[in-house]
Amino acid sequence: MQLARVIGNIVCPQHDESLDAHRLLMIQPLDPGGRRQGAPLIATDSVGAGSGELVIFVIGKEASFATLPEKLPTDAAIVGIVDHVVIEHHP
Amino acid sequence: MTIAVVLGHVVATQKHSKLEGARLMLVQPLELDGGPEGEAFLAIDRLGAGPGERVLVLREGRGAIEVLGQPQGPVDAAIIGIIDTVDLLE
Repeated sequence: MQLARVIGNIVCPQHDESLDAHRLLMIQPLDPGGRRQGAPLIATDSVGAGSGELVIFVIGKEASFATLPEKLPTDAAIVGIVDHVVIEHHP
Repeated sequence: MTIAVVLGHVVATQKHSKLEGARLMLVQPLELDGGPEGEAFLAIDRLGAGPGERVLVLREGRGAIEVLGQPQGPVDAAIIGIIDTVDLLE
């Protein structure tokens, strides 16, 4: 799981029918210090995340578990909205 | 499995129902000499690992789900041990 910022949403009227009623959000992965880490990607949302929010996301097969029993063709899913990040160790 | 150091944790009130009660720790993978290796990520923890502790981290969904204790939970990493010492031959 990683941290990311929601930076936009995708409007995609023609899509796999299993994605009906599911929002697709553009997210930018971040490091613990809030700096961009890698390229933005598109994720499904299972927690009602909004634009600009800091979120937790999971990639890979486990992303499709987020909406079970509904099976979605997704490889990235938002599974939490971050209230705050507590960093107590600085290596 | 890999060795990582716990940097801190994340507080997320609003999260997937299968993550309720799980601690979400920020961990930084380490090289053998203790320096950072690659990018930090989030792992669930049920052992009570604290900041600065070296931990054994699993980065694979099937095993992480076992730690979470929720069938088909949306997790991909878990802390599965708190390390006392690492003995290397050289």
